[in-house]
Amino acid sequence: MITSLSWLKNHLSTKANLNQVAERLTEIGLEVENIKSSNDNLDNFIICKIIKSQKHPNADKLKLCEVDIGSGNLVKVVCGAQNARDGLFAVYAPPGAVIPKTNMKLKIAKIRGIESHGMLCSGYELQESSDKEGIIELNKKEKNIGDKYFKNTGEKTMDISITPNRPDCLGVRGIARDLSSSGLGQLKKQPPIKINQKFKSPIKVSIKKEKVQGCGIFGSVYIKNVQNKESPDWLKKRIISLGLKPISAIVDATNYVMFDLNRPLHAYDADKINQEIIVRNSKKGESFEALDNKKYSLQDNMCTISDKSGVLGLGGIIGGTRSGTEFSTKNVLLESAYFFPTPIRKTSKTLNIDTDAKYRFERGIDPDSIKLGLELGMCMILDLCGGEASKFSIVGKIKDERKLIDLETEKFSKVIGFSITSVEIKKILSSLGCFIKMSGKKMKVLPPTWRPDLKEDIDLIEELTRIKGYDKVPLINPEKENIKDTLNYKQKLFHFAQRSVASKGYTEAVTWSFTDSKTDTLFSELKREIKLSNPISSDLDVLRSSLYSNLIISAKKNIHRNFEDLMMFEIGPVFKGNKPGEQSTMIGAIKTGKYSRKNWIEKERNFDVFDIKNDALRTLNEIGVDISKISVSNKTKKWYHPGRSGLLALGSPNGPELAYFGEIHPHIIKKLDLRTDNVLGFEIFLDNIPESRKKIREAKPQFVVSDYQKVARDFAFVIDEKYTSSEITKIVKKVDSVLIKDVKVFDVYQGEKIAAGKKSIAFNVILEPKDKTLSEKDIDQISKKIILAVQESTGATLRS
Amino acid sequence: MENFNQIESDILNKIKNVNDRNSYEKTKTEIFGKKGIITELFKKIGSLDQNERKEYASKLNSLKTKVTEILEAKLVDFDQSEIDKKLKNEKIDVTLPGRAYFSGKIHPVSQVIDEVTSIFSEIGFSVEEGPDVENEYYNFSALNTPENHPARDMHDTFYLDRSKDLLLRTHTSPVQIRTMLKGKPPFKIIAPGRTYRHDSDQTHSPMFHQLEGLHIDKNINMGHLKGCLYYFVKKFFEVEKVKIRFRPSHFPFTEPSAEVDIGYKIQDGKIRIGEGDKWLEILGCGMVHPNVLKNAKVNPKQYQGYAFGVGIDRLAMLKYGINDLRAFFESDIRWLEFYGFDPLDVPTNYRGLSR
Repeated sequence: MITSLSWLKNHLSTKANLNQVAERLTEIGLEVENIKSSNDNLDNFIICKIIKSQKHPNADKLKLCEVDIGSGNLVKVVCGAQNARDGLFAVYAPPGAVIPKTNMKLKIAKIRGIESHGMLCSGYELQESSDKEGIIELNKKEKNIGDKYFKNTGEKTMDISITPNRPDCLGVRGIARDLSSSGLGQLKKQPPIKINQKFKSPIKVSIKKEKVQGCGIFGSVYIKNVQNKESPDWLKKRIISLGLKPISAIVDATNYVMFDLNRPLHAYDADKINQEIIVRNSKKGESFEALDNKKYSLQDNMCTISDKSGVLGLGGIIGGTRSGTEFSTKNVLLESAYFFPTPIRKTSKTLNIDTDAKYRFERGIDPDSIKLGLELGMCMILDLCGGEASKFSIVGKIKDERKLIDLETEKFSKVIGFSITSVEIKKILSSLGCFIKMSGKKMKVLPPTWRPDLKEDIDLIEELTRIKGYDKVPLINPEKENIKDTLNYKQKLFHFAQRSVASKGYTEAVTWSFTDSKTDTLFSELKREIKLSNPISSDLDVLRSSLYSNLIISAKKNIHRNFEDLMMFEIGPVFKGNKPGEQSTMIGAIKTGKYSRKNWIEKERNFDVFDIKNDALRTLNEIGVDISKISVSNKTKKWYHPGRSGLLALGSPNGPELAYFGEIHPHIIKKLDLRTDNVLGFEIFLDNIPESRKKIREAKPQFVVSDYQKVARDFAFVIDEKYTSSEITKIVKKVDSVLIKDVKVFDVYQGEKIAAGKKSIAFNVILEPKDKTLSEKDIDQISKKIILAVQESTGATLRS
Repeated sequence: MENFNQIESDILNKIKNVNDRNSYEKTKTEIFGKKGIITELFKKIGSLDQNERKEYASKLNSLKTKVTEILEAKLVDFDQSEIDKKLKNEKIDVTLPGRAYFSGKIHPVSQVIDEVTSIFSEIGFSVEEGPDVENEYYNFSALNTPENHPARDMHDTFYLDRSKDLLLRTHTSPVQIRTMLKGKPPFKIIAPGRTYRHDSDQTHSPMFHQLEGLHIDKNINMGHLKGCLYYFVKKFFEVEKVKIRFRPSHFPFTEPSAEVDIGYKIQDGKIRIGEGDKWLEILGCGMVHPNVLKNAKVNPKQYQGYAFGVGIDRLAMLKYGINDLRAFFESDIRWLEFYGFDPLDVPTNYRGLSR
C-alpha cells in the first residue's frame, strides 16, 4: 500500500512529519518498507545522444558507443541493443543510478574487457513498456541533451507492507485511523454529502440466488450527461504515485476511492449495458474480454456482472471492455458492491487474475461502505465531469456476522506481561472503531464492520499491545533449567556421524531435497519416482531417493572445473514415498580421482575400494558400532561396480544393513559424463544403527592387567579362490577367541606360481596370553590347531 | 699393601690412549680380563690377613667402580660420536611437502544449527524434528491458516499430488503441532530443518532452513518471549550490546505476532550487528494462537506460550558475511572449503560458540 503524507492529512490532522509518521506506522505493525522520493533516483536518467556507435572489439553482439550526456561530457558505454546507432537520442543512466525494473545499482564495470560508464536504457528497464530488445528511441533536439528524462513528480511516498489481516489499511483512511489511535493526530470526520438526487436509476439491478453466492450487496448510481476527460493534475499525481496509470477522470476517480477508503468501485458506460444488470454465476464456456485486454473463458459458478447479452465482467475482480468507459462516455453506472472473499479468491486463482480490487475483496471489504463509496465516487465524478446523479439503488443484504467479544482485563497481563487499565482499553478500542459495553467488571466489545480480523479476545489483546507499543512488554530473562535432554539418541548420532565423516577429509555439502529424475533413477530402487506437481525446473522434478544423485551432479560440476580430486558428503533425508514420514536419514559420501596427485614422496594412485571401505568402517565405529560385529560381504546395489563394492551389515550379511561402499558403476560414470574414471562412494543408513542399551562405560568389561608377552606367528595357505579373507580369519579366530587377539592378512597372491582357481593367503596371528608366558610347546599346539581348522573347513593346504 | 694411587694412575693412563672400539676391548681385557690388572688384584684378597683385607678390599672396589665408570663413559662417547658422524650425512630438505592428507569441512548451515542448538540447550530447550513432506493440515489448517486464506499466498508451495494435500513443508511450524499432539505440556522445544518454497531468484532459494521454537506452559507470557529472543540474539552474534526491535506483524498461528529486527551498520564493507541505526529483520514470533493449541489438543484456558521461527541460512549469512544464499546449495568445492568449518569446531557454551 502506497500513500503520502499529504494524502494521509486528508483524513488526519497531525503536526507530525513524514519520518515521524513512518516510524509510528512501523511501531504499530504497518511496516514502512521504504520512503521513496519519486525524483531521487529518476533524476539520474538523462537524455543523451549517441555520437558514434561501433562494434565492441571483443564481442560480436555488443556495441561500444560514444555518448554525449550534455555539458560537454562524452562517455563510453557498452550496449547490447541492435538499434544503438550514430545520431540516436536515447536515455542514459549513469553509474549510481538504480534501474527501476531490476532495482540494480549501476557501477562502472568492465564488459568484455572494456569499461562501460553507465548504460543506455530500454523501455522494459524503465518499466515503461515490455520492449526488452532495443533501447528507447527519443525524438529530441540537441538542446535537450543533458535534460532529465523523467519529469519531477514531487512528493515522497511511503510503501507500507499491509499484513493479510488488515484489509482496512489497504485504504488511506484505515492507516490514518491507526495513527490517530496511537496518538499521532486526530481522525477527521468525513464531510457530509449534499447532492440533489432526484431521479431513479434507469438500470435495473438484480442479484441471483446461487449455491455459491459471490455477491452480497450491489449498490449503484446512474450519472447522466457527464463529460469524461483527463484528470486534473492533483489526481493524476496521486494515481501515478500509486504506481498506476491515469486513464480518465471517471476511472481515476474510482481508483482514487478504492485507495482512499479501501472501497473498490466500478464504472460502466451505462449506454453499453443491455437493459439491466444481472449478478449471477457463470456457466462453463461463457467468456468475455476483460480490461486487461485478455479474453477469459469461464468455468461454472464464477460470479459475473452480466446484462441481457452476456457477461460484462467478473464481480470484484475485473471489468470488461464491452461496458468500459471512454472519453466519449455520456452516461455512467457506478457500482459499489460487496463480494464474498472465498469465491473471489477461487475465481481469480483459477483464471490467474490479480487486480487491486480482487486483492481487497479477498481480504474483506467493509460491507457497510457501499453507500459511502457511492457518495464519494459520485461526488468526484460530478465534480470532475459534471452531470446529474440518480438516487442510489442498493440491492441485496448480508448478515452482520460480528459477535460481541468478552474481554477480561486480567487476560491482557497474563498473556502480555504488563497490565493495562480498563480506561485505557476503552480508549484504545473505541479509537479503533469498537463499541464497548460494560456489564459489571466485564467488558463486551463489538468490533467495527471494517475489521473482519477481530473475532475473539486475543485479537483485541493484540490490538491493545500494538497500540500501547511492543516496547512496553517487559523483558523476562530465560530460566536455565532443562526439562529433558537436548538431543535424543538419533539426533546425537546425526551430529557425531556428520563430524566423523568430515574428520576423514570429506567436505560437507547441503543440496536440495529434490533432484533430476534422470539421475536419481540410476541410484534408486523405488518402483515409482516421487514427482513434484510443480517443480521449479524440469531437472529438479523429483524428491531424491538417494544422496548420490545430487552429490554426483555436484561432483560433475566441480570436475568440469578441473577440481578432479574430491571428497564430499551430505547427511540428510532421502525419500521413499510421498507421504509424511516416508523418508530416512542417510549419509552419502563420494571420493573421486587420486589419493596423491603429483606428490614427490609417494607414488600417484587412485582412491580405491579399501580407502572408501575404511572410511565407512571407521565412521561406523566412531558412532558406536562395534567393529567386531560388522559383517563385510560382497552384496551390492546396481549403482556400484559389481565386483568392487560391498555391504557392511550388523551381525551377518543378512543382518540390518549399515552401509554400502564401493566404486560407482562405470556405466553411470560414463552416462553422466563425469570426465573421470574413478568415483567411489559409501552410503550409511543412520536409521539402522541400533541404540545401545548401555553406556560405553557400562558395556566395557573389566580391564585385565597382563605382564605376559604377546606372540606373533605367520601362516600361509593355498586355498580355493571362492573363500574370502574374512571367512578364513573368522575360522582362525574361532580356534581360541580368548588367546587370539588379532588376525592380520598381510599377503594375497594369485598367479603363475599357484594352481588355477586357487589363491595364496598369508596372515599374522597375534596371541595375547592372560595367565602365563607362552612356551614354544604352547605356541606349537595352537599353531597346529589353527592349521587344522583352516584345512578341515576349507581344504586349504599350508604353503611351504 | 699395593699403592692403589699408582695403580689407578697407570690404569687411567692406559684408558687415556683408548680411541676406538678395538683399543677399548684390548684395554678392557688388560684391566678386567682373566689376567687383567684388577682381576689379579682381586685374586690377592684371599691371601691377605684379616686386618689388612678390609681396607684392601674397600680400596680395590672403589678403584674398580671408578675404572668401570670411566670405561663406560668412553663407550658412550664412541656411540655418540658414531651417531654424530652419521647425522652429518642425514640432512634432508624439510621444506618438502609431506604425504597427502585430507581435511574436511562442516557446512555453514550445519555449523549454525549446532551453534543455535547449543544456545537454546543452555536455556532448557530440547530438539524436535518433523518430516519434510507434510500434508495440508499440519502445514496450514492446524496452524490456523484455513484454505483460501490470503496468508497462504505468502507461502508458495511445492505439491506432491493433484489434490494439493501432500506438500513440502513451507516452514518448520508443523513440528509445533506434531510435538504437542504426541506429548503433554509443558513443551520447550526447538526444531531446525529444511523448508521449501516455490521461489527461486537471487535472494530466494527453493529450499532453505528454519529453526522453530515453541515454549508452552501455564504462565509463559510475551515477556518470556522477549527475554528468550534477546538472550538468543546476544549469544548468537557474540556481542555485548545488541539493539533489538519487536515490531507488530501478523502470522495466522500466533497472536500477538511480532517481527524482530536487529540493529546493524556497515563498516568497511562489512556488516556489524548490534550497532548502528539500520534495522534488519531476522525472525518472526508471537504468542501461540489459541486455535493452534486447540488443534494440538492443548487446552488454551490452561496453557499458553510463545513460538518463533528464524531463517538459519540468513543467520549464517549475517554472522559469517556470506552474500549469496544460492551458493549455499551449489556445492562448489571452493565455496564449501572457504566458508566451511573444521569438524573439531563443535560449538559449545564452555569453549565458545565460534573461533
